[in-house]
Amino acid sequence: MAQIFHPSMNTFSKVTIFGSVFMIAGALWFFLTVERSSYVTQAKVVREQPVPFSHKHHVADLGIDCRYCHTSVEETAFAGIPPTKTCMTCHSQIHATAGMLEPVRESWRTGKSIEWVRVHDLPDFVYFNHSIHLKKGVACETCHGPVGEMALTWRENSLNMEWCLDCHRDPESNVRPREEVFTLDWHPKTEQAVLGARLVEDYDIQNLTNCSICHR
Amino acid sequence: MLESRMLLVLAIAGIMLSCRQDMHDQPRFEPLEMNSFFADGRSSRPLVAGTVARGQLNLDEHLYQGKVNGQLATTFPFEITASVLTRGQERYDIYCAPCHDVVGTGQGMIVQRGFRPPPSFHIDRLRNAPPGHFFDVISNGLGAMYDYSERVKVRDRWAISAYIRVLQLSQNTAIEDVPAEVLKDLSTE
Repeated sequence: MAQIFHPSMNTFSKVTIFGSVFMIAGALWFFLTVERSSYVTQAKVVREQPVPFSHKHHVADLGIDCRYCHTSVEETAFAGIPPTKTCMTCHSQIHATAGMLEPVRESWRTGKSIEWVRVHDLPDFVYFNHSIHLKKGVACETCHGPVGEMALTWRENSLNMEWCLDCHRDPESNVRPREEVFTLDWHPKTEQAVLGARLVEDYDIQNLTNCSICHR
Repeated sequence: MLESRMLLVLAIAGIMLSCRQDMHDQPRFEPLEMNSFFADGRSSRPLVAGTVARGQLNLDEHLYQGKVNGQLATTFPFEITASVLTRGQERYDIYCAPCHDVVGTGQGMIVQRGFRPPPSFHIDRLRNAPPGHFFDVISNGLGAMYDYSERVKVRDRWAISAYIRVLQLSQNTAIEDVPAEVLKDLSTE
């Protein structure tokens, strides 16, 4: 009877049996790395917008408060995208003929919406509310990053669940006084561990890690 | 052999097909999400003209229009407390200071960038203007200034009006009118 297997199969079978652990682990590692990379999460990736709006210019250079445009952030779940009228409040006179702003003026003339590209979009199975985070001392920049440095807007964080949980499990390291939640580039004057522990106490912040807190 | 290959192909196809985002993007609309059903593409529908929500008939002329018997109100529709003034200051600094600046001289950052300068709050005409005037301008706009009725709520508009009075006093108070204990603090600093 002829040989069914070639002698090299001895080595091959040994490698596959002993190597399978590493191969499975490697595949898992690869999958998780891709999942957390900005290729999937879009973190730090600048979005093309119909008008190249600069938060850096409006926030850092001019000193306009976040709430001037995002009016509903303190009272509702949704921070609000400003209507064209908010842009035109200044741009009816400033850069009133700039070609870059033509989509804004066209929207103002015709009443058609400017189709801004959404930068932060949580999955629909997640409930999120801006107002409660502000009231508990979570600042804009804690999640949205250095908005004052964004000439074009990007998503600072992955918005992955593990990122949410990092803070929900450890609010002490992330909260700040309510009066400072709209301040950019804020640094605690006392040690964050001491301040955070006190604020968690004062604001009655709980470690809300129950599934149904967000998946409701 | 062929069967196992078929199974493998099916399994790969199954995995690839399962990569859909149905749970991520469910058939409901988030605020301001697009909807191709309507001609203007908006899922948030504009209100039909003349719509009044229950409990929002807003008949109180003084509170909602800043007028009493058709004339600009000379009083505030509710008591002005320290917390109202603090709120007024906060809202003023957000919505007004970009043009009017934090003291109210009308030299804010947007004006420095070329916007038509608004009058200073520290001129006789505006010192003598009734509170209803400021409420009216915030609600309806004036000159180059657009109205802020969607951005600033009714009570906040009154709080801002009250805070403008504070600013006016801050720049136009005789030294004799300053209470003794405040004067002491000021002179030691």
